[in-house]
Amino acid sequence: MKADTKLDAKIPAGPLEEKWDRYRFDLKLVNPANKKKFEIIVVGTGLAGASAAATLAELGYHVKNFCIQDSPRRAHSIAAQGGINAAKNYANDGDSVWRLFYDTIKGGDFRAREANVYRLAQISNHIIDHCVAQGIPFARDYGGFLDNRSFGGAQVSRTFYAKGQTGQQLLIGAYSALMRQVSNGMVKLFPRREMMDLVIVDGKARGIVVRNLITGEMETYDAHAVVLATGGYGNVFNLSTNAMASNVTAAFRAYKKGAYFANPCFTQIHPTCIPVHGTFQSKLTLMSESLRNDGRVWVPKKPGDKRLPGDIPESERDYFLENKYPSFGNLVPRDVASRNAKEQCDKGKGVGETGLAVYLDFEDAIKQVGENVIAGKYGNLFEMYKKITGENPYRAPMMIFPAVHYTMGGLWVDYNLMSTIPGLFVLGEANFSDHGANRLGASALMQGLADGYFVIPYTIGGYLAQTSFSNVNPSISSEFKQSVKQIHEKVEKLLSVNGKRTVSEFHRELGLILWEHCGMSRNEEGLSKSLSMVNNLRHEYWENVYVPGTGKDFNQSLENAGRVADFLEFGELMINDALARKESCGCHFNTAFQTEENEAKRDDENFCHVAAWEYTGDAQKPNSHKESLSFENVELSQRSYK
Amino acid sequence: MISKTINLTLKVWRQNREEKKGRLENYHAKDISVDMSFLEMIDVVNEDLTKNRKEPIAFDHDCREGICGMCGAVINGRVHGHEKETTLCQLHMRHFSDGDTIVIEPWRSRAFPLIKDLVVDRSALDRIIAAGGYISVNTGGAPDANGLPIAREVAETAFNAAACIGCGACVAACPNASAMLFVSAKVSHLALLPQGRPEAAKRVQAMVRLMDECGFGNCSNETECEAECPKGISILNIAWLNREFLKAEFS
Repeated sequence: MKADTKLDAKIPAGPLEEKWDRYRFDLKLVNPANKKKFEIIVVGTGLAGASAAATLAELGYHVKNFCIQDSPRRAHSIAAQGGINAAKNYANDGDSVWRLFYDTIKGGDFRAREANVYRLAQISNHIIDHCVAQGIPFARDYGGFLDNRSFGGAQVSRTFYAKGQTGQQLLIGAYSALMRQVSNGMVKLFPRREMMDLVIVDGKARGIVVRNLITGEMETYDAHAVVLATGGYGNVFNLSTNAMASNVTAAFRAYKKGAYFANPCFTQIHPTCIPVHGTFQSKLTLMSESLRNDGRVWVPKKPGDKRLPGDIPESERDYFLENKYPSFGNLVPRDVASRNAKEQCDKGKGVGETGLAVYLDFEDAIKQVGENVIAGKYGNLFEMYKKITGENPYRAPMMIFPAVHYTMGGLWVDYNLMSTIPGLFVLGEANFSDHGANRLGASALMQGLADGYFVIPYTIGGYLAQTSFSNVNPSISSEFKQSVKQIHEKVEKLLSVNGKRTVSEFHRELGLILWEHCGMSRNEEGLSKSLSMVNNLRHEYWENVYVPGTGKDFNQSLENAGRVADFLEFGELMINDALARKESCGCHFNTAFQTEENEAKRDDENFCHVAAWEYTGDAQKPNSHKESLSFENVELSQRSYK
Repeated sequence: MISKTINLTLKVWRQNREEKKGRLENYHAKDISVDMSFLEMIDVVNEDLTKNRKEPIAFDHDCREGICGMCGAVINGRVHGHEKETTLCQLHMRHFSDGDTIVIEPWRSRAFPLIKDLVVDRSALDRIIAAGGYISVNTGGAPDANGLPIAREVAETAFNAAACIGCGACVAACPNASAMLFVSAKVSHLALLPQGRPEAAKRVQAMVRLMDECGFGNCSNETECEAECPKGISILNIAWLNREFLKAEFS
């Protein structure tokens, strides 16, 4: 395969174990007295954004930090339940940096960069040290030492946790560090702002345009570098476990300004979520995958069996995961469990009112170890289930269904976490870098904090120290003015369509198309069909959407309309990416490419690469670029869970 | 099993920040599935308003799973509604009956200026955290995480205080609009842990001073905050805060 010159990943030379240390030494430094001359924009205040903003400010840079919510503490990292991985080996069970690296590469089905993933595994231990120093109340054993638990895709206990609220506690830690720098005057905070555009001057990212969500004003801000930590795009599916405001807009506008978008079709679908109850459902709620340790997944053998679960005798139940995967049973990886649940429902064997659910049954586990033990392990999850569904899972089986959860794709970045636009850095879920085609549990928090606390503070210095900057003044710069003008035009256009359908109706329709054709399993025919469906829907949107209110006001309908407009364009990019990847890997399951055991069949000869897409104009097919992945330290193998 | 639907009358507070006076307006919520959350019910009403060319009700919300702290309104006089330890997004319509009239109002406090309808400005809570709600440690150079054993009970008590989601329900519930439960939760979380001790005195003084400056009222032990807190934060934290504050003032 030809090397793509613009996609230089800048992976340092040398042995894997020494790359990061050597590179940190080689990176140019910014003199402490000079740091205060630099301004950095950080968009997003989740784990990646808040940790980056706080750490850069500690180093002496002036930071402007933006978030869409009313407070930086609300970013969606807060909802992560399970935990954060680190290679501490406190459990003395054979863990190491190398094992964490290997598990992550393998879990991602060999579609991530070795050097990035190894660095992530190395940094993981520093994250835990720093978080404890910040006062994060991780779970501890009776000796007062940190406790660990196991998670999917690993045979060691390396997950640090704070009950079922690890994300919340880690985010509050990063938020506290951020607020300390706000108080020091090093970070200026801009809540209730939505990034509308990236501004490029002399080929470098030099600022952003944001909409003030209270007043509706377009505001411009300049800096020497821009850091995006704006999360994932799961809400393109309308229903997902993401928060309502999670969106692709910031990343997509950067894409339109020249940042390549990598692997957009890699979206993780989590098997254990509470099923959809009706048309007006606004989001899906995840239940930790740890439930599959004790719960047994089943459906009735006979399609359309509407008896209550208790009335269906053992002989008429199909424990489909246990039957199909005798050695892993209910503990197959997320993608496999999800695909199989959908397959059962497609056969008409789904349960519940909608037929889009399978049972997760704790009856046997309760019989074996007693209700108390089960309550001790999963009490809070059972309570959550009860609150949402009104059903008692101690008495009747839970009903679960897969839901869109995390997006491995994102803006393409090099080893420095810099995109194809000089001076634009991308962190956390918003970049594509570390999880390949499937993310392991408890690795998202690890990556967000690694990027923000420990990677960007070094690599951004290397960029700033080596770059010469012209003076930029947003109030007179033609680039800023042009950008503001275009956004105003787009907003006015949205408000003036004055059609008949609401934004939510379009979003629901888009979500259903993608879920059906670009979700858990894909095929060429469906993908091609969905491409034209999304295209038609996008055209209809601009002719028939109705957005109430004005642009000069707090207008949530308008906010949503802009996000859905971008999702409609982005949906096409996802489908194009899925069409181009003529193999199956991790979450991307093309039914034409499967092993005899119905597992994802990779094509390492032709598709061992990162697909990076370059914007070429509205309604134009994007240019395809490929970063070839080379595996020098691990051997590529086929996953099997039989 | 076809899910039940109910019909409701809503009285919703409508007000723009430029308007001096707001008012309660009546809406009908029709065919509401009892499986919906309260916010999904408002979504339905808003869809209906939009289709009828009327302005939808503005309300804050984000994660819709009870953890981000963004949502909240006073429902029939109860903060986050009448279910115990529940945020508004986790309040489900099965707790209401067909024909009910529901009054929906924003958080009311001098320290939380109204932005629009049910949306208020809670940035005062962020300012209080900025005053001292942290441990002053820079990234890099922290000792090994297991170098400092912390008794399990202490870690758990700290966790229980740290579970605060910063929604402001305690302020909305308090007759004095006091932020004592919020401030005490952060003070306790950090003061309980050995890492947080070195600056405990400075922290509590700075946070309490800022709380007063923001225009929150004083605590008069009404305990409404504890009753309405969606995360079950205990008022024992307020006792802890008072102790920390007195210790700091007299040392």
